[in-house]
Amino acid sequence: MSISGEWYLVLSAVLFTIGAVGLLVRRNVLVMFMCVELMLNAANLTFVTFARELNDIGGQVAVFFVLVVAAAEVVVGLGILVAIFRRKVGATADDAHTLKG
Amino acid sequence: MGAPVVFATATLPDAITFALGAAIIIIGALGVVFMRNPVHSALMLVMTLFGVAVLFVEENAQFLAAVQVIVYAGAIVVLFLFVIMLLGVDRQEHVLADSFKGQRLVAFVLGIFVLIEVVLLGNGHWTTGAHSVQGGLRGRSNVVLLGRSIFTSYLLPFEVTSALLVVAVIGAVVLARRPGRADLGDDDVGATHGKDPTDAYGESGDANAAEKVSSS
Repeated sequence: MSISGEWYLVLSAVLFTIGAVGLLVRRNVLVMFMCVELMLNAANLTFVTFARELNDIGGQVAVFFVLVVAAAEVVVGLGILVAIFRRKVGATADDAHTLKG
Repeated sequence: MGAPVVFATATLPDAITFALGAAIIIIGALGVVFMRNPVHSALMLVMTLFGVAVLFVEENAQFLAAVQVIVYAGAIVVLFLFVIMLLGVDRQEHVLADSFKGQRLVAFVLGIFVLIEVVLLGNGHWTTGAHSVQGGLRGRSNVVLLGRSIFTSYLLPFEVTSALLVVAVIGAVVLARRPGRADLGDDDVGATHGKDPTDAYGESGDANAAEKVSSS
């Protein structure tokens, strides 16, 4: 018998928390993006766990779509970053405050 | 007391796989957050993604494990590394320097709150146990089940995600395109000439282009 689902849920909760803390602590925009990826992976782990626990393929399909959306998000986000960095030199979120009125 | 419970309900290989995968994930995630160099953070992210893929295999999601390694570790992290090296932002950052007073403290307190909230939500009985129309995981291979589900019930969302990918690619191209010499509609050309950017759209556009070519 394999590991019960609670352990996977605890692990994904911890992973989500680490990602959230990283998003709040770090100021480098690229690392903040990576922390978003960590949180998405925590959600994916939860989906797969519930797919196994409930014996339902729907959870794995949801993970499939999350992967696609994450890829699109990273592409557009990094494109915006490159566009910002071309104008000014600065790697932190504080340097990109021009949208603040 | 945690480990004996795991070992009581699971076979030894499963327990060892889970423990190793969990350790890889946690160490990698902490590395992403606390590494000073963004390149090291990206490599630690690869480690975390591999750990998640290991746990996917452990949970009988073999196709997703393969996709996880190929798409996440293979494509997305490479994209991160390309951008890091293209922009030359791989300089060290003091991780825990507060950009405003008490940012670190606020972040950790909020993190604790997030953890408590997630655990509280997990303790409630939010799952009804009702099944979707997709059917179970057992009986056929994982790829067959997933493909059958995606290309029948989830066909419309699948097509919408393909449209989303096309939009993302077009957006990335538009955002990353370096403005050409003749493309005076872009306002940083106007900025270098110290003129009103809207002027570049007008009749002086050709003159502007000739001036820029001659000056460079």
